[in-house]
Amino acid sequence: MTHLPFIAASYALGVLVPLVFGVLALTRMGTARRKLAAIDPRAQRKARAA
Amino acid sequence: MDASAAAAPQARPARSLHRFANPGRFLRLSGAVLPWVGALGLAITVIGLVWGLVYAPADWQQGDAVRIMYIHVPAAWLASAGYVGLAICSVLSLVWRHPLADLAAVEIGPVGAGFTALCLATGSLWGKPMWGAWWVWDARLTSVLVLFFLYMGHIALVRAFDEPERGYRAGAILALIGAVDLPIIKFSVEWWNTLHQPDSITLTGAPTMALTMLWPLFVCAIGYTLLFVTIVLARTRAAVMERRIRGLLMAQASREAA
Repeated sequence: MTHLPFIAASYALGVLVPLVFGVLALTRMGTARRKLAAIDPRAQRKARAA
Repeated sequence: MDASAAAAPQARPARSLHRFANPGRFLRLSGAVLPWVGALGLAITVIGLVWGLVYAPADWQQGDAVRIMYIHVPAAWLASAGYVGLAICSVLSLVWRHPLADLAAVEIGPVGAGFTALCLATGSLWGKPMWGAWWVWDARLTSVLVLFFLYMGHIALVRAFDEPERGYRAGAILALIGAVDLPIIKFSVEWWNTLHQPDSITLTGAPTMALTMLWPLFVCAIGYTLLFVTIVLARTRAAVMERRIRGLLMAQASREAA
């Protein structure tokens, strides 16, 4: 394969950029969901009812 | 004609628009859609990347370096499409005071900047073996760099005020002014004599690219678009929940103070 280092670097970036954004977004969403469940009276009422 | 009947068609679009402005409804809808869009985006992107890297043919002139296209072109498309999304959110925010539009705009900014940076970086990695230079001050490259700075400006501006509403408003105005860069990016290769090649895919003409290259490019573009949507939805969901957490904590603090 010609120009392999350039292709490898491009594909590495092409995988890393969405991966990093995706992992950060999911982590942030999970943290927010847990915090909200801990303090939200509606979530607490639902949990008690379940 | 009855006055109420005449008013009804005007009232309906406003109701339908604001139906989606309800944060609770947004959380329910996005929560149902997010896993499917994410899984589909991931699967399609992997298929597209493997197809482009392994099975698509090399170019007779550029050799295997043409495979960078399967990253570079979707990133370029999403850099512009993300900014269109930012501009639409800005209009919704400024005209209709749509409460979710501000949060969505704030969350689109960093993702759009990331994909614009990816477009510029892969463009450099493609340019060095083909043009012999990492960077040239070509109209297409420069206008995309300006887009990157517009994203960065938006990110900085919406966070620069103590009152978030003022930041959202300033960011929305900047996003709308910056939208003028989008047609410049699109037509730069026609208006100026650029080193960057003209568009291979247009809405009006036949593509100037072999179908064996066009199909994996199309698959990669769909996959990356779905991933972009997934990331923005997940970030916006987190932002909605964080705003509710702040509201609850402030209400609790004011109750304790009283």
